[in-house]
Amino acid sequence: MKPIRITNTHQSITFSRRMLVLGGAQAAVGGLLIGRLGWLAIAENEKYQLLSESNRVQLIPVPPRRGWMIDRYGKPIAINKASFRVDIIPQQMDKSRDIVPQVAQLLDLDSDDVDRIRRDLAQSRGFQPVSVADNVPYEQYAAITVRLPELPGVAASQGFTRFYPGGSTVGQLVGYVGAASAEEYEKEGKNPLLLVPGVKIGKEGLEKTLEPILRGQPGGQRVEVTARGKIVKELDPKPDISGGTVQLTIDSDLHQYAARRIGDQSAAVVVIDVTTGDILAMPSMPSFDPNDFSDGISQAEWKMMSQDDHLPLVDKVLESLYPSGSTIKPSMALALLNAGIDRKQIVNCTGAFQLGNHTFHCDRRHGPLDMDGAVVHSCDVYFYTMCLRVGADKLAPMVRSMGFGEKFDLPFDNQRYGTIPDPNWMMRKYHRQWQGYDTVNMSIGQGMVLINPLQLAVMASRLATGKRVVPRLLKSKPVIPQTELAVGQDHLDFIRKAMWGVVDHGTAAAAKFPIPTIQMAGKTGTAQTHNLSAGERGNYTAANWKLRDHSLFMAFLPFDNPRYACGTIVEHGGFGAAVAAPLVRDTLTFLYDKQKAMDALNAFEQSIGGPLDERIARKTAAWRQANGLPPLPPNKQA
Amino acid sequence: MITSAIIPKPLARLPWRLIFLVAAIAMFGLVVLYSAAGGSAEPWAVKQGIVFLFFLGVAIGMSWMSEGTIKSIAFPLYGITMVLLIGVEALGFVSKGAQRWLELGPVKLQPSEFMKPAIVLTMARFYELVPAGEIRKWRAIWPAFVLLGVPALLILVQPDLGTCIVVVLCGITVMFLAGLPIWIFLVPAAAVAGAAPIVYHLMHGYQRKRIDTFLNPDSDPLGAGYHIAQSKIAIGSGGIWGKGFLHGSQSHLDYLPEGHTDFVFATMAEEWGLVGGVLLILAFAMVIRWGMKVSINSRSRFGQLAAAGLSATIFFYVAINLMMVMGLAPVVGVPLPLVSFGGSAVMTVMLCLGLLMALERQQRSGSSLA
Repeated sequence: MKPIRITNTHQSITFSRRMLVLGGAQAAVGGLLIGRLGWLAIAENEKYQLLSESNRVQLIPVPPRRGWMIDRYGKPIAINKASFRVDIIPQQMDKSRDIVPQVAQLLDLDSDDVDRIRRDLAQSRGFQPVSVADNVPYEQYAAITVRLPELPGVAASQGFTRFYPGGSTVGQLVGYVGAASAEEYEKEGKNPLLLVPGVKIGKEGLEKTLEPILRGQPGGQRVEVTARGKIVKELDPKPDISGGTVQLTIDSDLHQYAARRIGDQSAAVVVIDVTTGDILAMPSMPSFDPNDFSDGISQAEWKMMSQDDHLPLVDKVLESLYPSGSTIKPSMALALLNAGIDRKQIVNCTGAFQLGNHTFHCDRRHGPLDMDGAVVHSCDVYFYTMCLRVGADKLAPMVRSMGFGEKFDLPFDNQRYGTIPDPNWMMRKYHRQWQGYDTVNMSIGQGMVLINPLQLAVMASRLATGKRVVPRLLKSKPVIPQTELAVGQDHLDFIRKAMWGVVDHGTAAAAKFPIPTIQMAGKTGTAQTHNLSAGERGNYTAANWKLRDHSLFMAFLPFDNPRYACGTIVEHGGFGAAVAAPLVRDTLTFLYDKQKAMDALNAFEQSIGGPLDERIARKTAAWRQANGLPPLPPNKQA
Repeated sequence: MITSAIIPKPLARLPWRLIFLVAAIAMFGLVVLYSAAGGSAEPWAVKQGIVFLFFLGVAIGMSWMSEGTIKSIAFPLYGITMVLLIGVEALGFVSKGAQRWLELGPVKLQPSEFMKPAIVLTMARFYELVPAGEIRKWRAIWPAFVLLGVPALLILVQPDLGTCIVVVLCGITVMFLAGLPIWIFLVPAAAVAGAAPIVYHLMHGYQRKRIDTFLNPDSDPLGAGYHIAQSKIAIGSGGIWGKGFLHGSQSHLDYLPEGHTDFVFATMAEEWGLVGGVLLILAFAMVIRWGMKVSINSRSRFGQLAAAGLSATIFFYVAINLMMVMGLAPVVGVPLPLVSFGGSAVMTVMLCLGLLMALERQQRSGSSLA
């Protein structure tokens, strides 16, 4: 390039040109700035407005009051009561200082609670409050409140605690509530409500399955806060909407009566109003006290319950399966009649029945019997003989139509429905041919037959009405129209009469209904459990509780115009008539004459060592002593 | 210029349009500071008003300086400022901490602020002295780099990245306008782009973090990204018309950090919206345009270069600050002149304007020789 001689003129031109470039660049930057401003303020205005609002306004969630559960007459089953509570918010704790002992001392907590609090603190998510104590007495609440400045992380507040007036009698019915776990919090899309101290969600039973109705809509105190979290002013609050009330078909007095009448047995009772299918009572005992569970229970309590062979943590009404024993016989009789068996035909019971090289026994030698006698006296040999004649294919459908093995749409998570076997089922499940001894076993409700107590009550309802009674627990659900069962009226009349005979002069004669104008019809059952394994069979002579037979009874009344049906299974109760039938009798008496029933209950409780609460307290104390634990403080005793 | 029989001539000859414009910007700034203080003249608005009036007086007083005087003080001013800069550095070394100012009695003197006009005047003076034919020679180039590089380095290690950038850009602008070969600018630009990772490596932790955050603001929304994120929320949520005077939640509830200093524009835009923002930007544009016109109309080479450089100083101040608050540049700590609370920026800008007014007066009086 030829060197240019640069003059002042050149310089002046360069300056002008470069000033133009500079001015242009400045204008471009100005344009960029205005464009950016416009982009932020117009195009992204909505986004930033939202962010600004979420900066400015914080919602302090106000938990809704949980909906009530009431019984068919409006009596409370699950309600809320005002209470004081103390929590620890781990994030706000002073890590260098352990405040748990001080708090425990102020609140008079035992070592179980301290262990639980420490465990919860270790597992907590930092911002998630750990419940220290619910239902704190006012004096202790006040003691904590005045010391709050020296206890960073501790929060004392007023709230509501779930209260179940029925205590442990309703445990398996209602389930329990508790603070949400980390998984539940994640599952609900990190719902902030679940982190609010004192907010409990349903964990089991109806509390869990009815959660969507019971929870309600959280409200909130909307507050304007500074960046440092200081509340500047309170804005209009968003009101909370309390959870809905759920009315159950349960008659809570009857339910509690039945639960108490079970005594120290491990049993389930179901009472059904046969006109609607309404479940009036369905206690499963023993049970846990859901009032204790909603505070979070201690490891010792949990251990005691899970070690109990009476299974207080299992809802025996729906989760336990039992052989039906002889309670299957009325349905079997109907199946025989449908198959053309003449009910007058006589079978001679010698007390034993030979099939191939195996001998099946009857509980005694009944002699010659027709069908009526076989039901009334619960003769096994009659049913072995007749059922073999008809064949399993014709038996199973009738038994199923009566409710055994049937699934019912009830608001519980863990229902088990049991089995009524037939040749097809046997092939599918065990890949083997149906044998004669299968029919023999099934004819008396043994072998593969498994039912739950609800199905037993349903069967009683259907035998009582001849209609397909479907159980119902929620008042809000429509009553399912009852269709006629495929049973002739004369067959039905016959079998009802036979069941009347069971109570009148048969196996349950000792459990006659105490009100003369009302007659009860029923059927006993004794389900063998000891043939589960050869080892147990060999030890049967030891006859400990675990190896005894289950005691079953189903009944309906009044015999001439059925209104109520009941089914009960007493685990290892022994002979059906001895334990289960009186339990059903007293429970049903309560529906007609409360005073008479209460007198019977009081006498019964006297004989087994006092009211339920006292017995539970004694049992707990004994267990704690046996396991080397100190006695519970007085405020924790039931 | 106002022509009226009533107003005395010396007053009438002042560039009133500019003064009104600057006063309007400053007034608006006071209104924003009043709001930023939660609707109170304390602690910022009154102080700022006094500082502004004082420096406005200084600027008007300066407007009577002749171009010759300005020329003659250019090098001494540069020299004194350099001494002060080194003094600050030494003091910082002694007190083992970042030091940006000297305390002279009640006055806090920030020498790096003086460097902005000083570098412009010095460069203008230097290139005035370089004969036209020499401008593309090496000896017209290296002294400028030394003149610019040494103070820039001193300011950078203070550390004051924002001021350093403004000083460097002002110096380069004068060099560019002086007619230095274009490769002088393109090659270093390419070099800077290449050296950026190394510079990044040498930066202070907090500076590096600011760059990180600028490149990816969501990386640390509660930490270093917080400033930019909250500033954008403030500006964006203001919308077209703003939330209204005293109704900016971002600033009033302290979500916006530095809402009265570096991020005052966000405080303003939240309450006055796009409209307020555009008006403010246009007002600054008019001030800068006025300064550029002074440069174009200047009949001396020194006047041309100095006026353009001084205008560029104001431009860079405004542009860097606004890019910063709107998330277009990293947070480097440059205030918005006349609006942000703080005396140094007002002082610098008013010194620049005073010099510009003086240069403009020369053009009208015609006393300067081309």
